[in-house]
Amino acid sequence: MTEVALQAVELVRRIEGDVAHTLVNGIDLAVNRGEFVAITGPSGSGKSSLLYLLGLLDAPSEGEVMICGQPTSKLSESERADVRLTKCGFVFQFHFLLPEFTSLDNVLLPMRAAGKMGEAEMHERGLALLGSLGLAEHANKRPNQLSGGQRQRVAIARALANRPEIIVADEPTGALDTKSTEQVFSILRDIADNGQTVIVVTHDPALAARADRRIHIVDGKVAEITGRDEGRRVCEMAN
Amino acid sequence: MKLLFNIAWTHVSTRVRQTLVGMAGVAMGVGFTIMMAGLMQGSQLDFLRQLVDTMPHITIEDERRSVPTQPAEQEYGAVQMSDIANVGKRPGIKYPETVMSSLRSWIPGDVAPSAKTTAIVNHGGARIGITLTGIDPRREVQVSKLASQMREGKIDDLSRAPNGIIMGEALAEKIGVKSGDTVLLIGGQGIQLNSTVSGLYRSGLKRVDESHIYSLMGPAQVMMGQNGVVNQLRLRLNDPMLAQKVAAQVEAQTGYKSVSWQEANADLLSSFTVRDFIVLTVMGAMLLTSSFATYNIISTITHEKRQDIAIMKSLGMREYAVRRIFIIEAAIIGLVGILFGWVLGYLLCYGWSMITIFNPLTGTTVPLSIYYSAMHYVVVGGISLLCCAGAAYFPARKATCVHPVEIIRGAS
Ligand SMILES: Nc1ncnc2c1ncn2[C@@H]1O[C@H](COP(=O)(O)OP(=O)(O)OP(=O)(O)O)[C@@H](O)[C@H]1O
Ligand SMILES: [Mg+2]
Repeated sequence: MTEVALQAVELVRRIEGDVAHTLVNGIDLAVNRGEFVAITGPSGSGKSSLLYLLGLLDAPSEGEVMICGQPTSKLSESERADVRLTKCGFVFQFHFLLPEFTSLDNVLLPMRAAGKMGEAEMHERGLALLGSLGLAEHANKRPNQLSGGQRQRVAIARALANRPEIIVADEPTGALDTKSTEQVFSILRDIADNGQTVIVVTHDPALAARADRRIHIVDGKVAEITGRDEGRRVCEMAN
Repeated sequence: MKLLFNIAWTHVSTRVRQTLVGMAGVAMGVGFTIMMAGLMQGSQLDFLRQLVDTMPHITIEDERRSVPTQPAEQEYGAVQMSDIANVGKRPGIKYPETVMSSLRSWIPGDVAPSAKTTAIVNHGGARIGITLTGIDPRREVQVSKLASQMREGKIDDLSRAPNGIIMGEALAEKIGVKSGDTVLLIGGQGIQLNSTVSGLYRSGLKRVDESHIYSLMGPAQVMMGQNGVVNQLRLRLNDPMLAQKVAAQVEAQTGYKSVSWQEANADLLSSFTVRDFIVLTVMGAMLLTSSFATYNIISTITHEKRQDIAIMKSLGMREYAVRRIFIIEAAIIGLVGILFGWVLGYLLCYGWSMITIFNPLTGTTVPLSIYYSAMHYVVVGGISLLCCAGAAYFPARKATCVHPVEIIRGAS
């Protein structure tokens, strides 16, 4: 029996006002624990918007996001922040590392914010994470002393810091060269294989092909779902 | 908290120049405010001290606060009285010695009798209205500092000359008399008395010096046309600040109108209140203005750090925690600024105290009196810190309430 890590039910996100727009228009989706899902679609189709909703960064206008079976639509902004801190890890196209801090300090940031571990334990985990992403010798460098690929890997290490259930990544390789792209993708693949759930938005069909499942979005709706493992089809999961 | 402090410290320590400007702003504000407080309270206390030294702390007079009811009024409920002198009123305090000894038994201070009247002093062509107070030189020293205010002669000299009087230097100058000269005093009922100026005093309060003349009880009573009358008791307290309370008690006990020095100078003291208010407003404005540089820095930092704020919020840090980073930054700037401000304030006060000015009240050149008080430092520092926190709070709130999605969308 596979466990559902993340479920979206009739998710709608509208922007009101003079530029009214429906970014996400009724999406149903269930993602299993340990699954690697790629979200694809044309530019402006609402991929990022969906990802922000799934990662609790944004709140839906209608519908529900359930993380590990827990509904989140009723949570306050600070409760959502707490869920993000412990259950979701974000990677964006831009690394968003704090420029004054070293790689290690950046990785330690979520752990320190959560305040669950002792300083020594956090250090150990931070170094281990950096080491596992091939950044052992870059732990004490600041972002501007790193290459683009290295920065993105530090950002992934930071996303993993609090052992989140779910990693959401929005075009994490969008600004990287082929070699770094390859590296980042195999890291994400490994993360999923280790039992964490990964949802990635990408434009690269070759990379999407390596996901367990591909969800194609057009105009804020799911247009097509394809997957290596047909047993994990969302239509079946939904029932 | 350590994390927030860490981030805050990185922000301010990588902006040395801006931070120093902010600190300098706070330091100036705090320094000058402390200086103003010291100067203001110093001069005020100086003045009050002079007032308290010169005036009796409480004056008991042979009057009632309200006009006593007339026998006719008591007899018939509604009668309108006009142009009627109080029936049965004899001037003066009854049994003054008994009243005084009863007061002495409980008041924290001393009491002396006097006979007070008004007169005109006539010398050469000058005729000036004055207050003539007949005193008992032996007991006067218990209740006033007249003895120490004598410029020429001594209080005891009053009894050495015929109808001796002591007048203020200012008045003597005005009418052109010297010690030993004779002046003519004219009383209310036309009684005239040739008096010898046997001494001059200077109290420091010009209005007193120009209008108060002292004599022995006898001559004053003669001028009033009331032999042996005592119409005023003057009290001096060990703690002048108790005057209002004691005056009320004395009035309740004796039934005579008892006026504390505060009541007698209510107009002056209320002008102090206005002055205090103005100066406090200016000081508040100074502290507020001095935190503008801090506001500026925090605004700049929050603006530059929009992305950092967004990512910290998206990682799950609470909004108030992120906001606190900037409050801490302002606190760092504020605290260091305040420390320097304290030093600056002390140095400024010290500098001022080196300066001497001509005091028109006393006619002497005296150093500026500065009041040093730890309270000034604490209060000014506290207010300044609050201003800094406020200066940081508003830009921080503005920056941290932005939804991270807006920034993240904008950046990718
Ligand atoms: N604040 C907003 N107000 C109005 N429209 C918006 C706003 N934010 C996004 N949109 C619109 O919503 C649509 C979906 O945006 P979204 O960023 O989710 O697309 P996307 O699929 O991630 O595109 P891309 O592949 O280019 O990143 C776009 O057409 C965009 O113009
Ligand atoms: Mg996008």
